[in-house]
Amino acid sequence: MAAVVEGSNSTPSAPRGRGRAFLQSEQAQGLALISPTLLYALILLVVPVGVVIAYSFWTQDYLSIDRTFTLEQYSTALGEPIYRDLLLRSLWVSLLVSICTVVLAYPIAYYISFHGGRHKSLWLFLITIPFWTSYLLRVMSWKVILGYNGVLNSGLIGLGIIDEPSTALLYNTSAVVITLTHAWAAFAILPIFVSLEKVDRTLIEAARDLGDGPVRSFLRVTLPLSLPGVISALLIVMIPTVGDYVTPKLVGGKDGVMIASAIETQFKRGGNWPLGSALSVVTMTVVTMMALAVVFIIRQAGRRVR
Amino acid sequence: MPESASRPEAKPEARPMIEIRSVTRSYGPFKALDDANLTIREGEFFSLLGPSGCGKTTLLRMIAGFDNPTTGSIHIDGQAMDGIPANRRPTNMVFQSYAIFPHLNVEQNVAYGLKRQKLGASEEKRLVEEALGQVSLSGLGKRGATELSGGQRQRVALARALVMRPKVLLLDEPLSALDKKLREQMQVELRRLQQAVGITFILVTHDQYEALALSDRIAVMFGGKIAQVSSPKEIYQRPVNRQVADFVGGMNFMKGEVVEVNGSAITLDTAGFGRVRTDKPAGFAANGHATLGIRPERLRVLWDDAKASHEVAGKVVERHYFGEITQLVVEVPGFEKPLSVTETNNFGADDLPVGAQIRLAYDPDALVAMAD
Repeated sequence: MAAVVEGSNSTPSAPRGRGRAFLQSEQAQGLALISPTLLYALILLVVPVGVVIAYSFWTQDYLSIDRTFTLEQYSTALGEPIYRDLLLRSLWVSLLVSICTVVLAYPIAYYISFHGGRHKSLWLFLITIPFWTSYLLRVMSWKVILGYNGVLNSGLIGLGIIDEPSTALLYNTSAVVITLTHAWAAFAILPIFVSLEKVDRTLIEAARDLGDGPVRSFLRVTLPLSLPGVISALLIVMIPTVGDYVTPKLVGGKDGVMIASAIETQFKRGGNWPLGSALSVVTMTVVTMMALAVVFIIRQAGRRVR
Repeated sequence: MPESASRPEAKPEARPMIEIRSVTRSYGPFKALDDANLTIREGEFFSLLGPSGCGKTTLLRMIAGFDNPTTGSIHIDGQAMDGIPANRRPTNMVFQSYAIFPHLNVEQNVAYGLKRQKLGASEEKRLVEEALGQVSLSGLGKRGATELSGGQRQRVALARALVMRPKVLLLDEPLSALDKKLREQMQVELRRLQQAVGITFILVTHDQYEALALSDRIAVMFGGKIAQVSSPKEIYQRPVNRQVADFVGGMNFMKGEVVEVNGSAITLDTAGFGRVRTDKPAGFAANGHATLGIRPERLRVLWDDAKASHEVAGKVVERHYFGEITQLVVEVPGFEKPLSVTETNNFGADDLPVGAQIRLAYDPDALVAMAD
C-alpha cells in the first residue's frame, strides 16, 4: 500500500514505470470508481449546458438556426423590461424562500440534534415522510389549503375571523413562497442538523463555564459553528428555486410567474431557442453570483459576532 | 519518584472554599457518587484520584455546575450552589479536551469570558497578555486555534480559565492527552502557576504520580465513594485499605490476624513477618483480620555479609529491568506470595541472576496495617 501511495505522489525515477504506476495509483482507482457517474454527468449535464451556451450566441431564423456569433440574444435578455422583471422576481422569491426555509428549519434541526436523544433517526425519518408523495401532489394540496373554498378560508370563516373567502391567499407570490418553503424544508433541515451534530458539546459547556447564558452561548458558539450547514441549506434551497417552474405555474397565478416560464415559452411556443438559451445562461450566472454573495455576507456576519 | 519533593503542607487554618455535604448523584439505580463529604480549603491544590468510573469527574462537574446532586448540597466560598447554573458560579474549568473554540484565535479564546464584563479594549488586552504570559504563550495571540500543538492548546485552556480570576480552578484530566515528557514539564508548571496565583485548584486525575507530585491533599475514590482524604505522603505511606494501597503504587500484601487493638496501635500475626505491631489504620473496624503491606522499594537487597536488624532470605524468581530501577520477584519461605522488590541500579541488582539466593532487609516502620 505504501508503495502505491509513493508512486502516485512522487515522480517515479524510472520513466517506464510511470504509466503502470498511474494505473495502480489511488487517483486512477478514484477515477475508476466515479467513472459511471462521471460519464453520466458529462453526457447529461456538461454537454447540454454546452449546447445551451452555444445556442445563446446564435439566432433563430424562422425554422433554421443562423450560426453566426452574435450577442443580440443577450441584449434582448438583459434589456427587455419583461425579462429583467421576471428575473428579479425569481431572485427575490428564491431569496425569500431560502431565508424562510432556513429560519424555520434551524429550530427543527436544533431540536433534533440537541433534544432528539435516542430518537434522532426516528425524527429524521418523520421529516422525510412528506417526500413519499409526489412533489406535484404536495403543490396541489397547497392549492386545496389556500384556495377560494380551501381549508384555510373555510377555517377562518368558521372561526368568524373573516366574513367571506379571501382571494389574497392563492395565485400570488406569497403562495409560491409558502409552497416552496414547505417543499424544501427537509433539504434545509438535514445539512443544518449535520453541522449541529458536529458541534462539540464541550465547547458549549466551555462557553457556559466562561459566563455565557444559554442565549449568548448559542449566538457566540453554536450558531457560528453551524454556519457551514446554514450556508449549504441556503444554497441548496436558493439555487433550484430560482428556476422552479411547476410551483409558480400551479399556485403563482399571473403575479407569481417566474423566469422559468419565460424560458419555457421561448423553447416551446415562442420557438426561439437562442433567446431561451440566453435567458438560461443569464439566470445561471446571476444565481451563481447571488449564491456567492450570500456566502460572503454570512461569513462576514459570522466574523462580526465574535 | 516525585513524592519526595518538599512543599509546604496546606495551612489547616485556611478557610473552607468548597464544601461537599452528603452529595449523592444517582442515574436510576446506579450511584455515580454515593454520599460524598469533603472540604477543600482556600488556596489548596486538591486532587480527586481514582480509576475511571469512580465518580471523580461527576463530582467535578457538579462543582462546576454542569450536573446537579441528586441529594446533598455543594457550597462554594460559603454560598450554597443549589440551582445556580455554571455561568454564575465562581469556578472555571480546564476541560479534558481543552474545548478551545475552533472559530476563534488564541487571543479571542482567552478573552472570551472577559467580553461580557465590558472592561474596555485596553484593559481587556492587558489581562489577555498577562494570562498568556503566565502560561508562556506571549506573542502567540494571533495564532488560530487549529494551528496549536497539544501542549499549546492546554496552555490556552489554562489562560482562558485563569484570566477570569475564579475562586476555584477545576482541571479535568488536563494532562492525560499529552506525551510523557510534556506531561512532566506541565506538572511542574501547573504547580508553579498555582503557587503564583494562589487560586484553589481541583485536579481530577487517574494518574497517581501526577496526584502525588502536584497536590497538597488527595481524595482517593472508588466506586462512587471517597476512600481516603490525606496528604500525598500519608496516602502513599499510610493507605487506609488495600484498594487505596494498590491503586497508589505497588505493594506487597499479606494476610494478618488481629491479635490486639490498643489505642492507635494494632498488633497483627502474619505468615512471613511474624508478629507485627504498627499504627492502626484510620477508621479501622476490628473484625479479626487485616492486611499487612510493604512497598517494594522499602525492601532492600543485602550484599555480601552486610547485616540488618530485620531481614528475610529468599530466591530470585523473576527480574524486570526498567532502566533506573530493577524489579525483583523474590520467593521467601514462609510467605504466601513472592515479594516484589525494587532496587535502584547502583549496586548491581540488574545483574542478579534468576535463581540467586539473596537476603532482604526491611524497616519494621515500613510495614503498614490496613483494612482488607
